[in-house]
Amino acid sequence: MQPFTTHTGTAAPLRRSAVDTDQIIPAEYLKRITRTGFEDGLFVAWRTNEPDFVLNRPEHAGASILVAGPDFGTGSSREHACWALLDGGFRVVISSRFADIFRNNSTKSGLLTVVLPQADVEALWAAVEAEPATPVTVDLQARTVTHGDTTVPFEIDDYTRWRLLEGLDDVGLTERHLADIEAHEARRPPWLPTALPA
Amino acid sequence: MPKTLAEKVYDAHVVRSAEGEPDLLYIDLHLVHEVTSPQAFDGLRAAGRPVRRPDLTMATEDHNVPTLDVLAPIADPVSRAQVEALRANAAEFGIRLAPMGDRDQGIVHVIGPQLGLTQPGMTIVCGDSHTSTHGAFGALAFGIGTSEVEHVLATQTLPQKRPRQMAVTVEGELPEGVSAKDVILAVIAQIGTNGAAGHVIEYRGSAIRALSMEARMTICNMSIEAGARAGMIAPDETTFAYLQGRPHAPQGADWDAAVEHWRSLHTDDGAVFDTEVVLHAADLAPFVTWGTNPGQGLPITGRVPDPAEFADDHERRAAEQALAYMGLTPGTPLREIEVDTVFLGSCTNGRIEDLRTAAELLRGRRIDPNTRMLVVPGSVGVKLQAEAEGLDRVFTEAGAEWRGAGCSMCLGMNPDQLAPGERSASTSNRNFQGRQGKGGRTHLVSPSVAAATALTGRLTAPADLTDAPATAGV
Ligand code: SF4
Repeated sequence: MQPFTTHTGTAAPLRRSAVDTDQIIPAEYLKRITRTGFEDGLFVAWRTNEPDFVLNRPEHAGASILVAGPDFGTGSSREHACWALLDGGFRVVISSRFADIFRNNSTKSGLLTVVLPQADVEALWAAVEAEPATPVTVDLQARTVTHGDTTVPFEIDDYTRWRLLEGLDDVGLTERHLADIEAHEARRPPWLPTALPA
Repeated sequence: MPKTLAEKVYDAHVVRSAEGEPDLLYIDLHLVHEVTSPQAFDGLRAAGRPVRRPDLTMATEDHNVPTLDVLAPIADPVSRAQVEALRANAAEFGIRLAPMGDRDQGIVHVIGPQLGLTQPGMTIVCGDSHTSTHGAFGALAFGIGTSEVEHVLATQTLPQKRPRQMAVTVEGELPEGVSAKDVILAVIAQIGTNGAAGHVIEYRGSAIRALSMEARMTICNMSIEAGARAGMIAPDETTFAYLQGRPHAPQGADWDAAVEHWRSLHTDDGAVFDTEVVLHAADLAPFVTWGTNPGQGLPITGRVPDPAEFADDHERRAAEQALAYMGLTPGTPLREIEVDTVFLGSCTNGRIEDLRTAAELLRGRRIDPNTRMLVVPGSVGVKLQAEAEGLDRVFTEAGAEWRGAGCSMCLGMNPDQLAPGERSASTSNRNFQGRQGKGGRTHLVSPSVAAATALTGRLTAPADLTDAPATAGV
């Protein structure tokens, strides 16, 4: 996973709530068996059918920070939604609330999800709509988002922040606890099923 | 200290906990399918890691599989490549696979319970958000992403944060014609599509206790549509009766020991929930969705809402966008909405009881000539059972199409899709834009509403049917 420390870029205001992962990337784009190349499916229905969709507007081309309405990433567990955003050039998504699995997936794939109060999201929307070229800085070290003269803090737990800053892979971390895993396996009740043909 | 059901199962699986770190949770069963696993197996290969517990891992082909000509090679080369990747990975890593044509094949959340692999008190994960289905047995079951699939394959554990606890209590008796699907759609309409974020929901109360296992699965299945990590129901005699004798259920002395343990899996008196929601069964009615998320639903007697009536800004905008996409006008009675396609199937409502319920309404009747109805059993096991009961003939004689098992039009990764602008009444779980095909419009319904709708071509409750079936009273 690519480490995340601080990122400065322009932001795209996505004024929609409850954006589900079927909108971020529809099922027909999930057939690829590689981990990259998903940008073609990113918001494809809205990009195709809505000329005015924010990512179709030239002033937001090249945006690397997506500022979305509440409840971003509901629905399917597809991590492809994070990959599609990364492949589409995004490093950060900001929303007042994320769906659990999407948020979890983001921390595994190196996409930073930042929760800000809705009032801060509205201020950010207003700022980048007034001036799309406004640089926005997301500093994971300091846990802040800055645009113009405004700097607002965000919360992220220390453990997740450390993993993202270092770009650490969970499997490697868990393998340090092999003895604990083996001890648990020795305690498991004997009636538990196995998947071997019955 | 008194504990909830979810806390009991969670605590029994903590391998390691340390201040300031997530808990490490042991996973008893890992279900795998073709869409969310290829990159996880690639990760293992790149790192030279084996699958730690192939014996606790089971794979099936479901999302991409065609429901016609199931024994022929898949025509779509990209779908075929994905299914072939799963076959190669299962063989290389020593994992049992139920491929197309196998009698154990089917939707991952249908085959786990059917085989008796899903049991009370277990932790179960799958790279699929509807893994919550298995919670109907009192298991802690949740969906994960592909990185987590790789983590479980490699270590049989997952780093987890302790979830919050929500109780959804439904007391009383469900009115005639009101099913588990209507209950869960009403719950989601009440708490919202992400209202249970961070929580495990436990469904309780007399209306839940009275449900069959299959109906309980329908409820737990859609917990994710309220944003919950998982949904659970405490195991009881209904659960044990369902499990006994299934291929992977414990036998003999093991069965007795297991049942004794399972009886302890309930929320203790005095345990505290972070959030509580109460519904009265008597107030519920057949539910249908009008919008583009599962929380946008109403009793079928209602009318398409006017966005102006929503006080909340986001809800108003969401309603406006939904109605524009759905091509609906505020004030239209829901029962006047005409549909092109009826889909009966999915991990929500593709089990044998769902097919029986729908067949009962279709027996001796003909579906509307302008409406197509697809009946897709959730698994080969369900298909064979239905055929043994003659349900396939009831469906085909009514004019419906009887298909092979799989996810099918629930998400349209195979050829079963809506055309742009086409409208469906669907027993699946998601009415998101384009979910059933580009530009397709989905109304979520129960199996009995699906069948009644197929008969009239409009959204219809079974109680609205006025004709007598040709064979009635015979
Ligand atoms: S039936 Fe639908 S919801 Fe269920 S696993 Fe298949 S695609 Fe997912």
